[in-house]
Amino acid sequence: MATYNAIKYNVDYGGFAGSLIPIAVFTSDGSDATATFTSGIDSTYDTYLFIFNNIHPQTDNTTFGFNGSIDSGSNYNVTKTTTFFRASHEENDSSAALSYQTDKDIAAGTGFQQLAQSLSGDNDGNVSGKLWLFSPSSTTFVKHFSATMNETHGGDITMHNHVAGYFNTASAIDAVQFKMASGEIQGGTIQMFGAH
Amino acid sequence: MATYSAIAHNFTPPSATTSAQIGAGAMTLIKTVTASDSSDISFVHGSSDVVFDSTYKTYLFKFISLHLSSDTYLSLLGRDGGSNFDATKTSSYFRVEHTEDDSSTGFTIKTNLDVAQATGETKLSGNTSDDNDNAYSGELYVFNPSSTTFIKHYFGQINVISGADALEAGYFAGYFNHTAALDGIKITVGTGNIASGTIKMYGIA
Repeated sequence: MATYNAIKYNVDYGGFAGSLIPIAVFTSDGSDATATFTSGIDSTYDTYLFIFNNIHPQTDNTTFGFNGSIDSGSNYNVTKTTTFFRASHEENDSSAALSYQTDKDIAAGTGFQQLAQSLSGDNDGNVSGKLWLFSPSSTTFVKHFSATMNETHGGDITMHNHVAGYFNTASAIDAVQFKMASGEIQGGTIQMFGAH
Repeated sequence: MATYSAIAHNFTPPSATTSAQIGAGAMTLIKTVTASDSSDISFVHGSSDVVFDSTYKTYLFKFISLHLSSDTYLSLLGRDGGSNFDATKTSSYFRVEHTEDDSSTGFTIKTNLDVAQATGETKLSGNTSDDNDNAYSGELYVFNPSSTTFIKHYFGQINVISGADALEAGYFAGYFNHTAALDGIKITVGTGNIASGTIKMYGIA
């Protein structure tokens, strides 16, 4: 027969109140060089979701990207292979396109992966979207991720970006950083959730 | 000795000291609307218990088996504070297709389904089949609709069967290009009605 202790703790409380659990929020103070999550990414959840709302750049036509860390944030330079394709449509209706972007993907590189490619610095310009990170604490498998974003391109274009890839490491990913290629993050929020 | 049943229920769940411990639940079901030969389905802040403001940063709409009464399309409209659903938007649309008989596949931009700075509808699909077993299912995200500083992004994906018996997986995205708050959306059809199906609205805090 099961012991009292075994019975007592054999309940998954995390699933009772909802499967999307808020862990941390970055809210731009208007002059942030980076947005960094250095705690809360571990084996507690199988999957992590980042939701971006109104990420606004300091400079026009800059990129917004992310990278992972395997040393608690000392370095953000994890090797990754990625894909990037987008659908676009100009506000003046002059063109619309669906295309793979070979200059925005990474093949076994350690640099930051673009999530937005040429953000408008206009006062109302921004990027919003979501990024899933799967089983970052695994020390056996590579760590997959996928993102869907929509950005206001500096050329007055709606850009629907689809990014996918994997951190090609057997070390746990324990921190994630987001930043612009140039200039600051000058607005917006990034929420990190855990999902059972 | 206590019985198993008594033991199993005779304790208080541990108190949460962080949301991660017990799960505050960031995703809240706000409203469920079931279609019944409905010309459209609207979600307007302050109407019929709908919350569509700064209470949540992100809103998610789940389309569940929306069956249309005729061979037509599904579309989206927004409301920017007035009583009309005439919010300006620019959108993109691409589609992945595969016929049931495996005769063709597709992966193309659909310029006939996008809009550029339009105040009218933006399509969420092309014309589709009204076969009895055909229905739309998918999702729509709307980001920070209450912002009075930024444009309001949205995107989503929806599956349906075309009149040619092909899966059409449509990917739509765009932005409501105004700084006034977006306080309502409407899902409508080209002709006829939404005969049946459900739309669920969630807020993500």
